Amino acid sequence: MTDTVSASPIARARPGPATLIRRRKRRLGPGRRIPYGRLLGPLLVLVLWLAASGAGTLDPRIIPAPWTVVHTADHLWSTGTLPTDVLTSLRRAAIGFGIGLVGGVAFALAAGLSRIGEALIDGTVQVKRAIPSLGLIPLFILWLGIGESFKVAIIALGVFVPIYINTYAALSGIDSRYVELAEVVRLGRWAFVRQVVIPGALPGFFVGLRLGVTGSWLSLVVLEQINATSGLGYMMFQAQNYGQTDIIVVGLLIYGIFGFVSDALVRLIERRVLAWRRTLTN
Amino acid sequence: MAPHVDQLTRPAVRIAGLTRNFGARRVLDGLDLDIRPGEFVALLGHSGSGKSTLLRAIAGLDHGVAGSGELTAPDRVSMVFQDSRLLPWRRILENVVLGAQGADARQRGRSALAEVGLAGRERAWPNELSGGEAQRAALARSLVWDPELLLADEPFGALDALTRTRMHTLLRELCERHQPAVLLVTHDVDEAIVLADRALVLRDGRVGLDIAIDLPHPRSYRDGHLGEYREQLLAALGVVEDVTTAGKGTEA
Repeated sequence: MTDTVSASPIARARPGPATLIRRRKRRLGPGRRIPYGRLLGPLLVLVLWLAASGAGTLDPRIIPAPWTVVHTADHLWSTGTLPTDVLTSLRRAAIGFGIGLVGGVAFALAAGLSRIGEALIDGTVQVKRAIPSLGLIPLFILWLGIGESFKVAIIALGVFVPIYINTYAALSGIDSRYVELAEVVRLGRWAFVRQVVIPGALPGFFVGLRLGVTGSWLSLVVLEQINATSGLGYMMFQAQNYGQTDIIVVGLLIYGIFGFVSDALVRLIERRVLAWRRTLTN
Repeated sequence: MAPHVDQLTRPAVRIAGLTRNFGARRVLDGLDLDIRPGEFVALLGHSGSGKSTLLRAIAGLDHGVAGSGELTAPDRVSMVFQDSRLLPWRRILENVVLGAQGADARQRGRSALAEVGLAGRERAWPNELSGGEAQRAALARSLVWDPELLLADEPFGALDALTRTRMHTLLRELCERHQPAVLLVTHDVDEAIVLADRALVLRDGRVGLDIAIDLPHPRSYRDGHLGEYREQLLAALGVVEDVTTAGKGTEA
């Protein structure tokens, strides 16, 4: 049982056809990453749109041609209110997102690191989670007025929940073996939190962050279409009244681009911060 | 060679009447054990015989486990686990110096890594190491503490046979250089004989067998003298070694 090295003359002696051995491809992984691959899907949609409009199969009253949309966007940008609308929307999303992010992380830390915090916060947030943020709009209008603060508050809530849920789950799911290790090397409480708990919870946090980013745009669209006098949603709402499909498409495209870019940004940060992870995707 | 410990009077570990219960089950039942400074002790026993319970009690990791008894352990205690237990989000050097204090901590970490043959891998991620390398990094992490007592809970259990043999040699070298007392939990009787100065078999919550292994180092698995120790230990573990002589097992 102690002989670990054994040549296998039997296997070698067996005659067999000389076959060309190729290196097999990895079968189960998805393979190499395509550079800028995430842009391929949207580009394909754009090409189809161009082709369909060019061939005249798309009714411009339903979906305007891409060049009409570009022209309208250019016109709105140079003569209209588009720059202000975009800035207003961006500001709302950014402030709401910022508050939701800070709040979500702070509450998750409080709930994940102390039993009192857990008892007070977690149940409450789980209840809140069952109430759709958008359902709170009437109440928030009564409390905060129909100005900016209620919009920011709704967006912040929409961002808060996914960030809290995922970060808290990650914090409380830290492997107990690492807790044991920290005790053996006598980490203090703060060092334990800083070196073990927080880095270990980062993957969960990033899941929450990506959901939160998308959530902030989602809330924004709804808020601006119902309760606003400026912003992209308002612009689209007005266009709806006059049947200007090209303006609606401009608005939708800008939302789409914002969503795509912000998600890509979070992914980029995630890849940098979580460089230690080697998963199927890279 | 066995370390010269005669002149040292105080044992590194002194355990008297140690009892540990999990619910109604008494895992350790009045266990007594002294380990001298620099002594390499291997601890054998069946699964569930309380080996890990004892180790965790000495390491002070058994919060909330009911029990009594006296236990004295040194200040500087290190532990190596069956898994390397490296934090995947810290580079190797950061893992090795985890919790280490002092301005020279990183320097100590570097030299510990060099000692286990991982010089140059300081900036690697744990994911990038092989099983053997990861376990060597774990050894380096325990060395940084300059331990008076090294606790090892089946540290080589998950390694392949070839790597395990290399790790044995490395561990023995490190122990001879740094002279910690060692308590090594293992399932492997041969591993115990090859490495330890003394082998214990845990039975019914106490030390059932306590034998000195008086063979010169380095020892080889092929050494003929291993046989008698193996028989003693296997008998204490209740294992009949040779299937063909199983019928005669009672005459011993």
